[in-house]
Amino acid sequence: MEIIDRRPNPHGKNTENRRRVLVRARNAVQTAVREAVSQGRIRDNAQSNTVDIPADVLHEPSFHRVFTQGVRQFVLPGNREFVPGDRLRRPPGGAGGEGGNGDGEASAEGGGEDSYRFVLSRDEFLDLFFDDLELPDLVKREIATTTSLATSRAGLSSDGSPSQLDLGRTMRHSVARRIGLKRPKPARLQEIEAEIAALEEKMPLEEADYERLQTLREEREMQSRRLIRIPWVDPVDLRYRRFTPVPKPTTQAVMFCIMDVSGSMTEKMKELGKQFFLLLHVFLERRYEKLDIVFIRHAETAEEVDEETFFTDPRTGGTVVSTALEVMLSAQKARYPVDRWNIYVAQASDGDNISSDKARVMELMTENILPIVQYFAYIEVVGSGAIIRNDSDLWRCYRELSEASPHLAIRQVRDRKEIFPVFRELFARRKTAK
Amino acid sequence: MLYTGTDWNFSILWKCYDEIERIAEEELGLETYPNRIEIITSEQMLDVYTSHGMPVSYPHWSAGKRFVTHENAYKRGLMGLAYEVVINSSPCISYLMEENSATMQALVIAHAAFGHNHFFRTNRLFREWTDPTQILDYLEFARGYVARCEERYGIRAVERILDAAHALQGQGVNRHTGAKRIDLRAEAQRARERREYEHSQYNDLWRTIPTGLGAKGDEAADGPSQLGLPEENILYFLEKHAPKLETWEREIIRIVRLTAQYFYPQPQVKVMNEGCATWVHDFIMRRLHEKGLIDDSAMLEAIHSTTNVIMQPGFEQGGGPNFNPYALGLAMMSDIVRICTTPTEEDRRWFRDIAGNGDPVGTLKYGWADYRDESFIQQFLSPKVIRDLRLFRLTDDQAQPYLLVDAIHNEEGYHEIRRSVAASYDPGMLAEEIEIVGADLQGDRILKLEHRTRPGQLLQPTDARLTLAHLKDLWGYGVEMREIDSQTGRELGGYTLQ
Repeated sequence: MEIIDRRPNPHGKNTENRRRVLVRARNAVQTAVREAVSQGRIRDNAQSNTVDIPADVLHEPSFHRVFTQGVRQFVLPGNREFVPGDRLRRPPGGAGGEGGNGDGEASAEGGGEDSYRFVLSRDEFLDLFFDDLELPDLVKREIATTTSLATSRAGLSSDGSPSQLDLGRTMRHSVARRIGLKRPKPARLQEIEAEIAALEEKMPLEEADYERLQTLREEREMQSRRLIRIPWVDPVDLRYRRFTPVPKPTTQAVMFCIMDVSGSMTEKMKELGKQFFLLLHVFLERRYEKLDIVFIRHAETAEEVDEETFFTDPRTGGTVVSTALEVMLSAQKARYPVDRWNIYVAQASDGDNISSDKARVMELMTENILPIVQYFAYIEVVGSGAIIRNDSDLWRCYRELSEASPHLAIRQVRDRKEIFPVFRELFARRKTAK
Repeated sequence: MLYTGTDWNFSILWKCYDEIERIAEEELGLETYPNRIEIITSEQMLDVYTSHGMPVSYPHWSAGKRFVTHENAYKRGLMGLAYEVVINSSPCISYLMEENSATMQALVIAHAAFGHNHFFRTNRLFREWTDPTQILDYLEFARGYVARCEERYGIRAVERILDAAHALQGQGVNRHTGAKRIDLRAEAQRARERREYEHSQYNDLWRTIPTGLGAKGDEAADGPSQLGLPEENILYFLEKHAPKLETWEREIIRIVRLTAQYFYPQPQVKVMNEGCATWVHDFIMRRLHEKGLIDDSAMLEAIHSTTNVIMQPGFEQGGGPNFNPYALGLAMMSDIVRICTTPTEEDRRWFRDIAGNGDPVGTLKYGWADYRDESFIQQFLSPKVIRDLRLFRLTDDQAQPYLLVDAIHNEEGYHEIRRSVAASYDPGMLAEEIEIVGADLQGDRILKLEHRTRPGQLLQPTDARLTLAHLKDLWGYGVEMREIDSQTGRELGGYTLQ
């Protein structure tokens, strides 16, 4: 009999199996995740992301009978007033058909639950959510790399920290050295001892025995000296795993988020714009470690703001789009030289712009911006009444440009539901990309 | 006094164990495998549930699904966790929850480490069907083997086989033929040897030799008799005869089959097993109290806990026809003790052999060793227990608009009720009778199956089709199943998957 305390054992024995369920139900989970996002804000439910997976995805079939007709009998406990011959009405739902109430096993599809509830960690959630999305053409400019250092295994060395000791190698060297230097085996020494003891026992010794005893004693002397002099493990045996820093090329990218906050944008439209950027922000944060995000908002003037202000601070005014583009350009010139950075722009607006600004926008776009950016995504948020409206100024302007430059993508968004599909469309992983 | 209050520590566990062991051995004469007691947290208990109590299990998504189901039920408060889980192995491993009070630890040691353990060791079904000394090693081998296959052939490829084999694991046991117990230690050895043999025989030159006509084999060699048809053990048949499987795939099917066989006896002795364990712990706790080793409050706690587990709700509260095995089990065990010591006139009529024989423990041990639920109930369910549980029988004839009460707990009804309760535990009635009856290996290679059943009791069609699809996947060619009335031979339905 033994008592073992298993409590300190490693936990999470089923993490792997749980992960496999997610892999198996990937499509279902993904649908559920996207559903969850389209209903609520991604930030709000970041803490407890519960999704339901329909049971049929995880159903395990087997052969089992169901009772549909004929006669069956069962014994029940707790009789109070029944006597033989009593007739009872069938309980509702129990009358034949699929299943029948009496036999627990017969309940239609096995399982018993309609769906399985999964609590996903934030990472799992976002991974599933942003699966298949990426920034297009990220590595087109090969020069656009910086180097960071990563450590990598690089053979063995004879010194290092004890935690990096390579025991196998060390012992191999130790064995080789002991054999090479003829270190006596302790067993051999014991044999000699035993023989000496045996000879010393039978005391009146003959000549031959006496000599034998003498040589044995000398040998013992020598062997034990050797044993002490030649250590089991010597510092020269020690081998340590060596790590060396290796430069690792990393691509650098910057994303400019430009949002229109002018008076013509209704609250709902601003909300849509923010939703889009929020999605973009979480996506970029998650996928790219080396990525700068610059937030720019504009009304009749533009300014660079921090994340918090961008998403939460209300502001309003007229609309001059070119100001935002200028702010973006100046920030780019100051901090993100073209030869070192991949540059991305995402812009959200209702499409209104002062007509006098159109020429300036065209000029900035064609002359300065489009030649230097990898990808320019423009989404136009449209109020609900806007279906009958003609194309907006900015839309017309960008559409013209986009015909000549395929890396300018323009999309319209009417409703919260559309944000995610549009987002996916804009950042879907290109199959043909090298 | 072994302890006071509710807190336990390891020295209390040891002391309790020793005292319990003394009672179990000296007063009850229980035979047990060596015990191993493991203290676990509630989180680990969920893991134990997931792997059906086994300390190791091969990776598969279905375990993840079970885990999530249990976890959700537990977190939402729909399910409490068991105080203990015990597995049929040698050493016999009992998992004890750390949250248990000292009394509960003593109680579950008596219940699991002695009650269940004795049952595992002595019951005929377990002795014949399972190999407790080697199951742990075998599971370790199985996990390693599955993991190696995943490494070599990919998770998807292994999952394909496991999914299909799991669907068929109800058809992975030879119910009707002998040769049940398998030497599991030899299993791992056999797999290793087979692999080595293959390696030693491998010669790339064989590939270049033209196969010619020789591949066609002897016509008669693949006849039904050669294939051992009819065959009820579908997994066994696939392992031996499926034309398209790789060696490692056959081995995985074998692992599923042997694991299924290991679990096969459990549901057939549920009532007896729980009844035995509950009766043993109840006896031991009382004796500890009588000997002054535990105080009154501890005894009250033990009684309270026993009462909770043996609660049998009436039919109006959703009780039956699946009885609480603890309730029915303990009721029958206690009743046997009563019949042996203080029989009534009725008992003398019903149980001529044992009434008043003065050897209750011996009688119980005889019952635990030689019966399974069905036969045990048929033999020992007494009129008194039928009266106490107020059992009555309903006949559900779908042709009638009502349910008929046709027997109750009275003189005319006892035999009928006893027979019906026993029948509801009859594995022959519960399991589907499915057999492979044909597989024309020289012709179209369609695998033919028969399900022998009664009208109105056909297979659930969606599941049947899905399971057959798995079967077809392993077999590699089409499958056909016919559902046949076992009395008239009339065909009731069928499926064909090409």
